[in-house]
Amino acid sequence: MNTQPVSPYQSTLENYHQARWCEPLLFEISEAGQRGIIPPPLEAGITESIGDPLQDVPSWMRRTSPPALPEVSQVHVLRHFLRLSQETLGAGLIADMGMATSTVKYNPPVNEQLVHSPKLNELHPLQDEETVQGILEILYRFEQILKAISGMSRFTFQPRGGSAAIYTNASIVQAWHRWRGEPWRNEIITTIFSHPSNAACPASAGFKIITLYPDSDGYPSVEALRAVLSERTAGLFITNPDDTGIFNPKIDEFVHLVHEAGGLCVYDQANANGLLGIVRAADLGFDLCHFNLHKTFGTPHASGGPGAGASGVTEALAPFLPIPTVEFDGTRYFLDYDRPLSIGKVASFYGAVANVVRAYAWVMSLGAEGLRAVAETAVLNNNYLLARMLEIPSITAPFAEGKHRLEQVRYSLEKLTRETGLHSSDLARRAADFGAHFFLSHHPFVVPEPATIEPTESYSQADLDTHAAMFERLVKEAYTAPEEIQSAPHRAAIHLMPDPSYLEDPQRWAITWRAWLRKHGKNAQQSAMAENEASTKKTKEE
Amino acid sequence: MSGENKEIAYPYIPNALPHIRDRMLQRIGVKSIEEVYEMIPERLRFKGKMDLPGPLHSEYELRRHVEAILQKNTSAAEVISFLGGGCYQHFVPAVCDEINQRYEFLTAYSGRAYEDHGRYQALFEFASMMGELLNLEVVSVPTYDGYQAAATALRMAGRITGRKHIIVSRAISPDKLSRIANYSSPFLKIKVADFDPNSGQTDIKAVERLLDTETAAIYFDTPNFFGCLETGINHLTTLAHQAGALCVVGVEPLTLGVLRPPADYGADIVCGEIQSLGIHMQFGGGQAGFIATRDEERFVMEYPTRLIGLLPTRVPGEHGFGEVAMERTSFLKREGGKEWLGTMANLWGITAAVYLALMGPQGMKEIGEGIFARTSYAIRKLAQVKGIRILHLSSPHFREFVVNFDESGKTVEEINALLAQRGIFGGHSLRRHFPEMGESALYCVTEIHTQAQIDLLADTLKEILRS
Repeated sequence: MNTQPVSPYQSTLENYHQARWCEPLLFEISEAGQRGIIPPPLEAGITESIGDPLQDVPSWMRRTSPPALPEVSQVHVLRHFLRLSQETLGAGLIADMGMATSTVKYNPPVNEQLVHSPKLNELHPLQDEETVQGILEILYRFEQILKAISGMSRFTFQPRGGSAAIYTNASIVQAWHRWRGEPWRNEIITTIFSHPSNAACPASAGFKIITLYPDSDGYPSVEALRAVLSERTAGLFITNPDDTGIFNPKIDEFVHLVHEAGGLCVYDQANANGLLGIVRAADLGFDLCHFNLHKTFGTPHASGGPGAGASGVTEALAPFLPIPTVEFDGTRYFLDYDRPLSIGKVASFYGAVANVVRAYAWVMSLGAEGLRAVAETAVLNNNYLLARMLEIPSITAPFAEGKHRLEQVRYSLEKLTRETGLHSSDLARRAADFGAHFFLSHHPFVVPEPATIEPTESYSQADLDTHAAMFERLVKEAYTAPEEIQSAPHRAAIHLMPDPSYLEDPQRWAITWRAWLRKHGKNAQQSAMAENEASTKKTKEE
Repeated sequence: MSGENKEIAYPYIPNALPHIRDRMLQRIGVKSIEEVYEMIPERLRFKGKMDLPGPLHSEYELRRHVEAILQKNTSAAEVISFLGGGCYQHFVPAVCDEINQRYEFLTAYSGRAYEDHGRYQALFEFASMMGELLNLEVVSVPTYDGYQAAATALRMAGRITGRKHIIVSRAISPDKLSRIANYSSPFLKIKVADFDPNSGQTDIKAVERLLDTETAAIYFDTPNFFGCLETGINHLTTLAHQAGALCVVGVEPLTLGVLRPPADYGADIVCGEIQSLGIHMQFGGGQAGFIATRDEERFVMEYPTRLIGLLPTRVPGEHGFGEVAMERTSFLKREGGKEWLGTMANLWGITAAVYLALMGPQGMKEIGEGIFARTSYAIRKLAQVKGIRILHLSSPHFREFVVNFDESGKTVEEINALLAQRGIFGGHSLRRHFPEMGESALYCVTEIHTQAQIDLLADTLKEILRS
């Protein structure tokens, strides 16, 4: 491996150290009388006119003691949260290819400038349509864009996340079968490599879930599908490619068989990053699909939301979409609530609208050629990294071995675990010391000791080399200095949390500061930590 | 590779440059990217060209294009707006925007509790401060919105009690009711309890009539959709408990600097919106919800969301955080988990944490009083206008109230059109969902409204209704 290119980031990898502020909780820096902001004062004219502001409120409804919120100056509130932001490994700081299945890509700041315009920030959702023609136009235009990308007939952006879009699609499938007079169709078929929400969301809508497992090619066989189809089949919820990056080439046969059995087919395209301009949901015969704007379409992941889920349907299913839809009569845009078959509201108002504006700007900046360049480069990057990763001893890519993958790969460190006793989760914790992180897998771990990597189109060859170099180093260390990994992290914002019972034991867990104080007392943390310190006795500090 | 996009250097796609692409392909022994795509059979491939507008490669061009479209909007900040109904124009402190635009928070996702320590701490502090307002020890990370929080809270109540019916007050947002119905239908039967037309509050007699041994929960909001405080909260909670049901209450956090929280009356699950806490309206994009309960295992184990817990690290003086009881969730159990877990609204939770930290107890008291006072003032001023009747006058109001125009002979739309000509967004018409209220509109005032603006509204209405 001495022929590998040396990354210019090699030194970053070796010497990285995250900010470590040991920042106290706001409650711990609170001082009586301090204030962070003064609200607009009540004018004398109002006070004179009405007297006691709470005069209409029965006295027993009034709070007798003020809420014990922290009292902190603005100086310290800002500093506190700036420090916390520095202790957060946002994608902007790193080549964030480890959060696979999430398509973490570049989030252009120009899109932030656009959505922070008062022309969007200060729009009330119930304003008269004449005053919101601009935002309605963007909602309408972006629907046309997603129609072109997917071949579907209509979209809604109301779901406020990808899973919410899956739930929306499940609701539409349900409404369709009821409307057709076949309410007994209550079974949804999915695959184990499809995101957990493809099982959980239809189950939340009342469906029974049947899960198919892959054969050695990495996807379920047509026979496996046939065996579970029946007059109870309501639909198929499937990703393709799934988390292994392997595309099921028989997907059209799957769709055909489900249709023949009377079911609908729902394509989870939360991550469509390898397929833009290559494959369209409608061309494969799907009845519904969804995109995550915070994955494929470049809107930020926002520390875990708001994202946005865009649900797309065929013409036949369009009447069931949530209300309202956005329509255009040739001169003006308007909201249509008059849709009697609609499943109703799936979220308040029109969803996380700012993300539609961001996604619209992202697509406009790239155009059709650019979107294809996104897909092709994401796939190129992934296969480059795959080649580099497989050169590292102990790393394998189960299923379809020796074959290419689309935009991500689920690797396995099983051999390393067998030989060193360390788990992929241990290596993931140690990765924090190199300014990186990686996702293992959704549960259950079908691929043993998993590590799922998705390099998207945003990263350079040097970034990919650096990532491979990190894995190489982790693997080497696992064999030569396993205690470094066991006791990691060393260079992150905090140290190892050795006692997970604090998160599992109802007597000990503390989901708020007040719960912590009740269960453990103010000084309990110090003593518990000292206890841990004494018992671990591993002080491998830099 | 498609595209003779020979010379285009895409600023967002470093490896799209032909010479880099070729170097990488060579390194992995592949002639073209097409070789990789061969795993997708030809018959499944899209042969056409996506019919897309653009591209606007230049950032300036892009900006000009999008801004020109957004320019067609007239924002609430350019006029005097009295719109409410679930989304509110409040003052947003600069520090809130500064923090939620930090690229570290904006672009983080679901890193581990080590490298994303700051994100975990901010979300734990969000829950902890909400816990102080609510007098409860367990608070979720933000849900998609308050509708989802209510819908999930009721599903939780169904699972906790093992019962199948829920009684929902009709004095909540009709859209929220629609979401609750959509989300509950396979598992829970919804019975809607009407409100008392005089007080605008949930009709306790109607609730009593619907209550039985199959009732899992009673649900209402306070303040409710009409801005009325539910002064029967004690009674409703007791009724629920006597029937072996839970009481689930939606509450506005901005009231809790001056009002006792629902838990003080025995509410079992409390939920609501946090958009009021330092988050811009964004045409409804700024919504996010919360769910809170007592710290009892039977409640905690029914949450579908992430819950952040505090724990020690091996170094004294360091706070660590992690995720509590993840076995509950669909991430570990797929369809066997509680509902589902997904990307919801964490950035708004961090923003609300900044807001609550800035406000503190004194700020929350002042803003609560300020809104109560302005609401009372606006009600009095408008009540004096000929042709206007304020409904539900016997109830205490926070932020919103219903204005009826029946005596004026004009429709809400006519009135709002005339107000708009004078730079005022009038209240939202209630006709579609509450036809029995006739020509009524929901008006809203917050801490940003001045006495002069409220007076101007009254004077303008006087003028419009006279003509």
